[in-house]
Amino acid sequence: MDLKMMTFLVVGATFALYIFIAIRARAASTSEFYVAGKGIHPVLNGMATGADWMSAASFISMAGLIAFKGYDASVYLMGWTGGYVLLAMLLAPYLRKYGKFTVPEFIGDRFYSKAARGVAILCLIVASLTYVIGQMKGVGVAFSRFLEVPFDTGVYVGMTIVFIYAVLGGMKGITYTQIAQYCVLIFAYTVPAVFISLQLTGNPIPQLGLGSTMSGTDGVYLLDKLDLICTDLGFKAYTAQKGSTLDLFLLTMSLMIGTAGLPHVITRFFTVPKVRDARSSAGWALVFIAILYTTAPAVGAMARLNLMDTIQIGEVGAPDGNLVYDDAPAWFSNWEKTGLLAFEDKNSDGRIQYYGPGLDDKAAGFGWQGNEMVKVDRDIMVLANPEIAKLPNWVIALVAAGGIAAALSTAAGLLLAISSSISHDLLKGILMPDITEKTELLASRIAMGGAIVVAGLLGLNPPGFAAQVVALAFGLAASSIFPALMMGIFNRRMNQQGAIAGMLAGLFSTLIYIFWFKGWFFIQGTNMAPDNAAHWFLGISPGSFGAVGAVINFAVAYGVSKVTPPPPEEIQALVENIRVPSGTGGASVG
Amino acid sequence: MSKASEYWMANIKLVALCIAIWFVVSFVFGIFLVDQLNTVRIGGYQLGFWFAQQGSIYTFVALIFFYAYRMNILDRKHGVHED
Repeated sequence: MDLKMMTFLVVGATFALYIFIAIRARAASTSEFYVAGKGIHPVLNGMATGADWMSAASFISMAGLIAFKGYDASVYLMGWTGGYVLLAMLLAPYLRKYGKFTVPEFIGDRFYSKAARGVAILCLIVASLTYVIGQMKGVGVAFSRFLEVPFDTGVYVGMTIVFIYAVLGGMKGITYTQIAQYCVLIFAYTVPAVFISLQLTGNPIPQLGLGSTMSGTDGVYLLDKLDLICTDLGFKAYTAQKGSTLDLFLLTMSLMIGTAGLPHVITRFFTVPKVRDARSSAGWALVFIAILYTTAPAVGAMARLNLMDTIQIGEVGAPDGNLVYDDAPAWFSNWEKTGLLAFEDKNSDGRIQYYGPGLDDKAAGFGWQGNEMVKVDRDIMVLANPEIAKLPNWVIALVAAGGIAAALSTAAGLLLAISSSISHDLLKGILMPDITEKTELLASRIAMGGAIVVAGLLGLNPPGFAAQVVALAFGLAASSIFPALMMGIFNRRMNQQGAIAGMLAGLFSTLIYIFWFKGWFFIQGTNMAPDNAAHWFLGISPGSFGAVGAVINFAVAYGVSKVTPPPPEEIQALVENIRVPSGTGGASVG
Repeated sequence: MSKASEYWMANIKLVALCIAIWFVVSFVFGIFLVDQLNTVRIGGYQLGFWFAQQGSIYTFVALIFFYAYRMNILDRKHGVHED
């Protein structure tokens, strides 16, 4: 069977599974639609959270990012996992005890203010919508690359599948589908990694293989060999630090706080039966995430090694040290066709020279006239891995299904967060408090449908800034949502004036800092200063500013609350109540 | 001190301990002291690099389960557990 047929079969089978689950798990009430009736087992919820969290970026882009950044990519590994520690200890159990449906609802109740709820809705929708664009785009890319159908068709198929199970099942349908999607994506990610680790080191566990010696050598460690090849070819050593320590620190911190403040992740902890379950479920979520996140460094390093070894076949500078272009393996030309890999024979010797800026002086002496790998898109690393390692077709088909599962599961979680904040917070909470549960359920389904259409359209015509807005999503979550939630729980004296002033200060300082360097509303040419380290304030990159925004939020909120009256007695009683686990209700209608 | 605030103080202590460990394994070992730790090796890994790309994540997982386990004990001790 050829690869295309095989891919159709595997992807088709996973879609059939998702739809089957959707029909079995229909939502009959608003509680089931928003929080799956609060009846999800903590381990299963952890698995669903893993799928919800790991997006097309985690599945496809992260290992490539690691491959080319080496040590510096640790910020993503630590940043996108460390947030779960904050979530488990500072937010999840208390928000579960509070026992309602959405993040803006908690903020509105705790700060006895519709304005606070409104600010939270705005942050949530901007953060989630920007995030979902990338997922829809990811589905389209996976389809066009593996099934050779047009990009648009891929997005429409993805929209239809999400529409079926998200509109029908709400959180209940999404959760059970995400459990299936987790299994698909983790299997698809680890199988090629195990094979490649075996080939290179003889150790089947990638996490150990990365620290092992290379097979066929007398005890040369893989990472040492990689460092050596990198420096020989004029790149910085793989394990060496390249960026500034302050920026690495702030970026890691921003990603951690942002992770803990992203509403679609927080909402997942509203679905477990008990406070106790919310704590352990965060642990299970991180177990399932860590399986991929600890495999990714091995995938990245081994892919980089394979790529450089393929091209630099002999001594650096020797006449026959570089691969003859006509001898390049099939995957090389396959990826050239997509434009994600590009070679240009600058010195017309028919061989491929791939080297970094550190070798520029010597290169001229070798008769080299510049790095000839003019484009190596980092996204091909995971997708091309099975081909590079010569793995069977079913593994390649599996990787396609895994990428689509990662994108769809994250998209569904985000869409639910958007639609519930529209139907539950905006409509029921602020505009039309008197609607019945049945009407609200209908409204939430319509909002979900609308959100899917908007996300799909944005995915079809991604605004030029699609890649940059992820920094915005994390920045908003870190600078506005996380501090407001944390102070709502840990500072009983925090009042509405302090919380609103803090949220606005955090939100606007972060927005302005990002827009200052990226352009107002990301419109090109409107930036106030060039986007590079020399112009950044203290060398802080715009993506790292969320942590600073969070500190501003905390400071302003604390200062303002000190000079304004304390919150009413019943609010202080609410805070006392959410701090203890006993007395948790089941699903309550808010 | 009331029973509820005793429980809350014990909780805060536990959280502070866990957050301190969280900070040390990721930011201190993985970023600030990475060069110093990289002089130590475990197998093919330099220790600082290992903390940044592997060790910190394992510690995060262990920390959450440790916290959940200790909180369950604390809940019972102070009589605020569910059911």
